[in-house]
Amino acid sequence: MNVPNALLHRREVVTELLRDRGDLLVIAGLGAPNWDISAAGDHPNNFPLWGAMGAAAMMGFGLAAAQPKRRVLVITGDGEMLMSLGALATIAVEKPSNLTIAVLDNERFGETGMQKTHTAAGVDLAGMAAAAGFRTSRIVRTMAEVSELRDLAHHGDGPVFAQVKVNPEALTFVLPPADGVILTTRFRQAVLGDNALYN
Amino acid sequence: MAETPQLPTWPDEVYRVLKDADVRQVGMVPDAGHSRLIRAFEADPQTRVVTLTTEEEGIAMLAGAWLGGERGVLLLQSSGVGNCINMLSLPVICRMPLLMLVTMRGDWGEFNPWQIPMGQGTKAALEAMGVIVTRADEPHLVASTVSGAAHLAFNTWRPAAVLIGQRVLGAKNFKELARK
Repeated sequence: MNVPNALLHRREVVTELLRDRGDLLVIAGLGAPNWDISAAGDHPNNFPLWGAMGAAAMMGFGLAAAQPKRRVLVITGDGEMLMSLGALATIAVEKPSNLTIAVLDNERFGETGMQKTHTAAGVDLAGMAAAAGFRTSRIVRTMAEVSELRDLAHHGDGPVFAQVKVNPEALTFVLPPADGVILTTRFRQAVLGDNALYN
Repeated sequence: MAETPQLPTWPDEVYRVLKDADVRQVGMVPDAGHSRLIRAFEADPQTRVVTLTTEEEGIAMLAGAWLGGERGVLLLQSSGVGNCINMLSLPVICRMPLLMLVTMRGDWGEFNPWQIPMGQGTKAALEAMGVIVTRADEPHLVASTVSGAAHLAFNTWRPAAVLIGQRVLGAKNFKELARK
């Protein structure tokens, strides 16, 4: 694994980001990031999206604003992030200190036949987040940098954005519950306690 | 000298209704019809007012807020409803509350033809996605209509929208403005 410039493996990246996750809250964008966080272990503090492409970043923001004492990590893909670039501007203005957005950038629309996304042509998502005003924004290419990102997500001063360059590998799907009411209710019960069941 | 227009008071009533509903996050793409309500929330330290680049950001934001135990409201113009269509999948399939206050264009007294397609399609687009739609066309009915929609949204956990008619807001006429 010491090959220079070798692309990271997305499941290893996610496993490291979620190491000793404590009470970290995680939103995953639709497609592979959903399967990736589920492969690391389905968890009531996970909210894996199965649709609503473009929702992940702003959903993470709304959650971070509602739960300022908790850490929120959004894990999504480059295609999903490209669909909501305006959210980078909105979040940068609001400056949530407890929010990290990690884009697993395989430069592909993975679920639809591995067509190239804009990042394959060099579109610099991390540069866009930095220009919008994210406190920290970086491109991540090594597991050592992934570990730094993990620590930033758990303890750092946000908002943090990272564009993690990963291999465009097609992996076995690991599926969490698909029903939105189950996902919502178990997440709210985990975060808010049993009161969430009573409105 | 132009006449001083009488300021409408319904936005103040709507503000009280939304405070009573414990709204903490306000997502908005501004509209003139919402300006008084926006100012009231901006002066309220208990409320976070978030300017969005496009309205569907607010649907996702309020879904995240609900996961974290906060209620919110989305303020938008009818043209912005079209930007929200697929994102409405999220509160619909997750059975999350969502309260949308939509100021109408392309409606009563409209002067700009480009506002007509989305204005006339607003109700159908929302209903096609499963949003419960109510409407207020007189100023004294706006607050009670918003109150009813807020109860529906937050007590039955589903998306509800209030369309505030152009008759309440007053129609613009750029042709008159262009002559001045």
